Amino acid sequence: MQTKAILSVLGEDRVGIVAAVSTALAQSSTNIEDIRQTILSGVFSMTMLVTVDEDKTTFEDVQERLADVAESLGMQITLQREDVFRFMHRI
Amino acid sequence: MLRITPEEIAETLTMVTQQHLDIRTVTLGLSLGGCAADDIATVAARVYDKVSSAAERLVPVAEAIEREYGIPIINKRIAVSAISELVHGKGHDLTPIAVAMDRAAREVGVDFIGGFSALVHKGIGAGDKMLMDSIPAALASTERVCSSVNVASTRAGINMDAVLRMAEIIGETAALTAARDSIGCAKLVVFCNMVENNPFMAGAVHGSGEADAVINVGISGPGVVRAVVESLPQDADLTAVAEAIKATSFKITRAGELVAREAARRLGVERGIVDLSLAPTPAEGDSVAAIIEAIGVKRCGGPGTTTALALLNDAVKKGGAMGTSSIGGLSGAFIPVSEDANMVRAVRDGALTLEKLEAMTSVCSVGLDMIAIPGDTAVETVATIMSDVCAIGVINSKTTAARLIPAAGKRPGDTVDYGGLLGAAPVMDVSPWAGTVLARRGGRFPAPLNSLRN
Repeated sequence: MQTKAILSVLGEDRVGIVAAVSTALAQSSTNIEDIRQTILSGVFSMTMLVTVDEDKTTFEDVQERLADVAESLGMQITLQREDVFRFMHRI
Repeated sequence: MLRITPEEIAETLTMVTQQHLDIRTVTLGLSLGGCAADDIATVAARVYDKVSSAAERLVPVAEAIEREYGIPIINKRIAVSAISELVHGKGHDLTPIAVAMDRAAREVGVDFIGGFSALVHKGIGAGDKMLMDSIPAALASTERVCSSVNVASTRAGINMDAVLRMAEIIGETAALTAARDSIGCAKLVVFCNMVENNPFMAGAVHGSGEADAVINVGISGPGVVRAVVESLPQDADLTAVAEAIKATSFKITRAGELVAREAARRLGVERGIVDLSLAPTPAEGDSVAAIIEAIGVKRCGGPGTTTALALLNDAVKKGGAMGTSSIGGLSGAFIPVSEDANMVRAVRDGALTLEKLEAMTSVCSVGLDMIAIPGDTAVETVATIMSDVCAIGVINSKTTAARLIPAAGKRPGDTVDYGGLLGAAPVMDVSPWAGTVLARRGGRFPAPLNSLRN
């Protein structure tokens, strides 16, 4: 099952954020479909649309890998199923 | 392609991380059909087996949804059929059934199980009497069991004998749980026009008109609504305030609708209702009183409070109605004093009184909720406080309820403290001019003219 999800990354800008996040995604069979990224007054903000292949991994496993990345980078990373945003912001 | 803007994603994250957006409860309603028996021990064993097997997956499923969607689900709960309907005979103590419910609830990991209940708005049957008589001991000997009794309805009027008996039972429950600030009373609600699909405690009961197993969801989000109202300019007019609340309520309700659909699908049970009640928590800012104050009342309870609460309640429903086609339960703002930090402050400041809370009941849901009163309050006074609340419900065709705590040994100004979601509350003053004679008249307040609708 292919599950669409939104990945948000927020925190102080530093070298290697995109590399660390995308490596973790690649290692957990999660494909990146779209990326938007900005830096506002030193705060790094990135939003990704990704697809989790739940035949090869579990949602929880991807979240755990990302939690490790978040801890090593000292940033806030969340992965949520995409429907929650569609439900809340679209009629 | 990203169909959601980064701003919308950031808004949702802020709602959760800073404004306490959560799903207050995912409640599994369970029919106990088939658990009836002549012997109480058999009923208790059947209830235990039924609840512990049917609700086994509730908590893990709710936790997975919470994790995957990134929206906290604060409580996972169970509501069962009214226990009074399962028992026969006379003079039995039903505490063993409550103990069985408690054990099953602990085993499946839910914090409360509702349904130690009876509906007596027209008359008290043998099973109802046994249940009511067992309430004090049942609540004193369990942690997670909640009890409720419906004593009035618009179609039947008010059963004043039941109201007086419930006042006595509340007193007995307070005394039996005196060592813990009379906590038994925090798990006991007296209703008028009880609904069959309420997901919130302490009043959740699985109605007889429901399917065997149903998921009902209670939304929350006073903190989010407060933040939105506070962000409006001071000179925004009330139409703008209502509009902002409505738009926010839509988003909160959608989160609830999504969780309800997903939970029902994963558990393989019927999807019930989404309850649009705004339910406060003791957390700073997650307060219905704070919304009233943000709308522009100096302290909750002051003049203007009923206006602000009515506007809030109505706007929440209008926004929520677009968010789900399955509105149900109580769907009105809750005003539980001990569970709302700004309400506690308003009581301490002398701004919020029992009488004002009664007025507020007429425009929202479940009025006199989690209110501590002096332990020596006369039984007739407790009864007539409750009959006043019932009268509002009967005449206005709405649900009203009372969860009063005559805290044993406490006087006005003392505090009861339960910790957690039940919070802490100052003991409030009670009018010395109660309708003692009225309470003792008994009999039935007849069904009102507006019950004749056919």
